[in-house]
Amino acid sequence: MSLKTDDVREIAHLARLHIDDDAVDRYADDLSSILELMEQMNQVDSSGVEPLANPLDATQRLRSDEVTESDQRDKFQAIAPDVSEGFYRVPKVIE
Amino acid sequence: MTMGVAEIRRGLAEGKFSSVEITTELLSRIEQHNPTLNCFISVTGDIALEQARAADAALAKGNGGALAGVPLAHKDLFCTDGVRTSCGSRILDNFIAPYDATVIERCKNAGAVMLGKTNMDEFAMGSSNENSWYGCVINPWRAGCVPGGSSGGSAAAVAAGLAPGASGTDTGGSIRQPAAFCGVTGIKPTYGRVSRYGMIAYGSSLDQGGPFARSALDCALLLQSMSGFDSRDSTSAEQAVPDYGALLGSGLDGLRIGLPKEYFAEGLDGRVAAVIEDAVGELKKLGADIREVSLPNTGLSIPTYYVIAMAECSSNLSRFDGVRFGYRCEAPVDLEDLYKRSRGDGFGEEVKRRIMIGTYALSAGYYDAYYLKAQQLRRMIKDDFQRAFEQVDLILGPTTPGVAFEIGAKTDDPVSMYLQDIYTISLNLAGLPGMSLPVGFVDGLPVGMQLIGNYFDEAGLLNAAHAYQQVSDWHLQVPEAFR
Repeated sequence: MSLKTDDVREIAHLARLHIDDDAVDRYADDLSSILELMEQMNQVDSSGVEPLANPLDATQRLRSDEVTESDQRDKFQAIAPDVSEGFYRVPKVIE
Repeated sequence: MTMGVAEIRRGLAEGKFSSVEITTELLSRIEQHNPTLNCFISVTGDIALEQARAADAALAKGNGGALAGVPLAHKDLFCTDGVRTSCGSRILDNFIAPYDATVIERCKNAGAVMLGKTNMDEFAMGSSNENSWYGCVINPWRAGCVPGGSSGGSAAAVAAGLAPGASGTDTGGSIRQPAAFCGVTGIKPTYGRVSRYGMIAYGSSLDQGGPFARSALDCALLLQSMSGFDSRDSTSAEQAVPDYGALLGSGLDGLRIGLPKEYFAEGLDGRVAAVIEDAVGELKKLGADIREVSLPNTGLSIPTYYVIAMAECSSNLSRFDGVRFGYRCEAPVDLEDLYKRSRGDGFGEEVKRRIMIGTYALSAGYYDAYYLKAQQLRRMIKDDFQRAFEQVDLILGPTTPGVAFEIGAKTDDPVSMYLQDIYTISLNLAGLPGMSLPVGFVDGLPVGMQLIGNYFDEAGLLNAAHAYQQVSDWHLQVPEAFR
């Protein structure tokens, strides 16, 4: 699978990554060679093999629905780039 | 300063020295050598001395913990309350973690002293430490060479005697490969053995924390304090932790050790192979029963691993958005611009490559061809190991195809860097424990031997490594400049 520069721009948009225009060609080359490596997987027929998500085949542990954490909003917001009155501030979203 | 964890514990217990004395000495060694080695991103001298004083007081009263007064370094990927936790990235350069990772908390509770936070490939993505925002770590054995990655700072700090032990994390070899390149001992436990809470996630189904030290004995002591069930990690194993230290010394008579033929095939440096063969000879003398085994899908572990790791990373790293913590770009015009430029400026090249490949592999129309296919191969790789473990107790091979390479040698071609991980990544796919220990040198650079165990058999690995270290002195070698 060889990626074109438009593919790279689309993927970067999906991943919300700004990529400089002069770097797009290089990413297209690098990502294409990585995908080429990944396509080695097709050398093996794995049809019918059950996919493995957790290496120990463990299932998600559940806990009872009880409050276990205390409110630490001020502590967490102390490291935020921009907060106001307990809210995280971002550029205006709704006109 | 080449005392290990066990020796420091003994010295403290016998009153030969205090924790403040040993901590002060290590801090001064760090001050002297870190400008050259670059293995620490942050040195936490004030915290270290405060913890050392508390440990000395506890030891005087006879109620110190298992690691009371032992100075350690922590990979800068474990969140440390009130201390910068950068993960080797610009995007977290200003991130002061608001809580402790479980590994940090447990080391603290055991009375350990934190010397500082060690350098690493950004978000643990790399095999050379060249991907750190803070610059590459230097291999203590040779200045022009990489220390391995991603936990290169921790490995180099232990190798150079700047810390007797250190924490690391291993997603595809990030403990074992730098341990091999730096001539120290490191263990990646079974997936789920050590809590991932507060360990900044890269590939959640692969990531596992563990220790570096100068010997298997020291690794056993550190792993003891780090391990165990944690309700805050949803994949933490509900398995009792044995007394690793007490299980050392049981002898290797009749222990069946398998050598995977695929690990000694094309691609392995013949000089490394010769060193490993010598070590195998030593294990034979100790009574081990050496056999050949086969792991037929070894070659496929690289593409399989990178699909899964990159897919999981693209999902995990979506949390870095410039809104709640970390770097935010200057003057964003709208929210999308804020996300894109904060992430574009904040992440380095390799991280961006991996996020993009992961995003692509998970996107509509490609999921089955990449992610699902990789998960199927993952099961086949796991099954290969399980078949091998029907015939043997441990598996043994080289940790890496060659010794530490030169800085810059592989940076132009990401794929050539990925191929370095051939012997280490399949364990993470299978979730098995593995360790690397030094067994000799090629051209003045350390060679690591990897031992692979069945699930939750860390004690078996540590015992075999300990037995070998009782009859060899490779693990006691120290690079000349740091003696």
